[in-house]
Amino acid sequence: MAGRTLYDKIWDDHVAHQADDGTCLLYIDRHLVHEVTSPQAFEGLRMAGRPVAAPDKTIAVPDHNVPTTWDREDGIDNEESRIQVEALDKNAREFGVVYYPVNDIRQGIVHIVGPEQGWTLPGMTVVCGDSHTATHGAFGALAHGIGTSEVEHVLATQTLIQKKSKNMKVEITGKLAPGVTAKDITLSVIGATGTAGGTGYVIEYCGEAIRSLSMEGRMTVCNMAIEGGARAGLIAPDATTFAYCKGRPEAPKGDMWDTAQAYWETLFSDDDAHWDKVITIKGEDIAPVVTWGTSPEDVLPITASVPAPADFEGGKVDAAARSLDYMGLTPGTKLQDVKIDAVFIGSCTNGRIEDLREAAKIVEGKKIKDNVTTAIVVPGSGLVRLQAEEEGLADIFKAAGFEWRLAGCSMCLGMNPDQLGPEVRCASTSNRNFEGRQGRGSRTHLMSPAMAAAAAVAGKLTDVRDVK
Amino acid sequence: MDKFEKLTAIAAPMPLINIDTDMIIPKQFLKTIKRSGLGVSAFYEMRYDMDGNENPDFVLNQDAYRDASILVAGDNFGCGSSREHAPWALLDFGIKCVISTSFADIFFNNCFKNGILPIVVTPDQLAILMDDAQKGSNARMVVDLENQVVESSDGVQIPFDVDPHRKHCLLNGLDDIGLTMEKAGAIEAFETQMAEARPWV
Repeated sequence: MAGRTLYDKIWDDHVAHQADDGTCLLYIDRHLVHEVTSPQAFEGLRMAGRPVAAPDKTIAVPDHNVPTTWDREDGIDNEESRIQVEALDKNAREFGVVYYPVNDIRQGIVHIVGPEQGWTLPGMTVVCGDSHTATHGAFGALAHGIGTSEVEHVLATQTLIQKKSKNMKVEITGKLAPGVTAKDITLSVIGATGTAGGTGYVIEYCGEAIRSLSMEGRMTVCNMAIEGGARAGLIAPDATTFAYCKGRPEAPKGDMWDTAQAYWETLFSDDDAHWDKVITIKGEDIAPVVTWGTSPEDVLPITASVPAPADFEGGKVDAAARSLDYMGLTPGTKLQDVKIDAVFIGSCTNGRIEDLREAAKIVEGKKIKDNVTTAIVVPGSGLVRLQAEEEGLADIFKAAGFEWRLAGCSMCLGMNPDQLGPEVRCASTSNRNFEGRQGRGSRTHLMSPAMAAAAAVAGKLTDVRDVK
Repeated sequence: MDKFEKLTAIAAPMPLINIDTDMIIPKQFLKTIKRSGLGVSAFYEMRYDMDGNENPDFVLNQDAYRDASILVAGDNFGCGSSREHAPWALLDFGIKCVISTSFADIFFNNCFKNGILPIVVTPDQLAILMDDAQKGSNARMVVDLENQVVESSDGVQIPFDVDPHRKHCLLNGLDDIGLTMEKAGAIEAFETQMAEARPWV
């Protein structure tokens, strides 16, 4: 038998049915659900009189609409948001799925809660009506976002109609330079391949620089696979993965753990596996980066200057001109001279404990600059928040002038009140710099938690390596 | 889901690349618990100014294109968020077909689930159709799914590929869930086998 990739192996182990034309029914091991993309799916089940096929493999948590301010126990002011969260509450209870309500300490961003509780394990298939489901690929799980019709399909049948994607290997060799993080890796890959570079592929990230990352860092890398257009991103499980999973509430215990780990240890790409596309980037060549435009592919090292439309080709010329206009940037301006108004640290990309530690290390003993009028830290889950408070990180942020918030998606997409006004420029650890993403007319620069923290202190985009 | 009939319609040109689903339907409209009614909000921030007035420069606000049922769009259409509200908004506006050189994966899937046909063409073919779409309401493009061909208003025929299963479902307006439920036996057999092979799942 020819060698197989990690993706091939997980795929083969989950095909419940294959039609003559190659269309497969892929069995889904974990279905994560949040309030925004599920109400129409549950309503569809109700109309058809169908139950949830596997309620014990279906995990629901509200995250997009929930307020992150400390008064949220009093309820959600925005009526539509409240209705959506109440709908999830009702649907979760009526259909009997696993549920972490707003006031449960385990509540948080669905992609942070799943791994934290041990729902996400190597070799699984994981889906959610959310494109950042790619996050779970960090465990060597095949994980991707689906639409609401597919959410209903999975709820009803525990399967998904799929055709296989192609295999892409993204290798990051060697070691990362000081000040360079997982976020810089994933943004740099998108900068190199473009936002459509991964379309039709499942990416496996490998190489020494990836191996050296913690699980938190690996989740950051895989989280943004979707921003490169890939269906999913994967990292083969190893000792780091097993150590993270062991002891989690929903992870297997005792003999079952040993059986599971023996299987997980078979989950790697064979040496003779076929790759349809290979990208290699030297870890040493990656710098701390920021985005300058309105597409995640608009990535440059912090030491660079704002590009001109003429630097690009084809449709990107007009797109770049539009981006620069929207972002209020002039070609040739040094990125480090770009002043900011706001800082957001959080999201499913960078809302985990390690992210908060990185940011806290930069701001410790310093104050955010006067021109930064909004600075919020939003932990990815209630448990991340507690841990950060116990470690003293919350106090460091508060002393520096940040607001310390409750868990949720928050300003990554601003479905709750955490939004920015027109032309407000934000250093953000989130994943999308699209027009209007953080509020209509707002201007997003994506970067790592350390870089966002450095920007907060300097009041402008800054090279974290220069922070003393 | 409605059957996808042969479409003879006005096509609107949107040459911008990387049109993301946040552009197609911004966050504030995701709070609905229904599928319908999103058409008026499609492309909201491009379509309306800060006061909610129509932006006359936006293509779908021009009289020639208000009744467009086809979009001819730049590369990587529908990237970003998985929100199915994007195809719901397009469909509610009246868009039944989107033609581009490439689509983001999740958006592409979501279209088929809602009776919208996404068609992938080459850059040269897109240029022909983009020019044709610029002709406004005097021009009608024909999308013939049965025969897998797009015809420009002056008769240029452009063949396209489509997955046979998806074509079948679109032409017949079929619901995926019903079809999958017919395979319940295979799913149950798989679950039994999996309970032995990977009992921790």
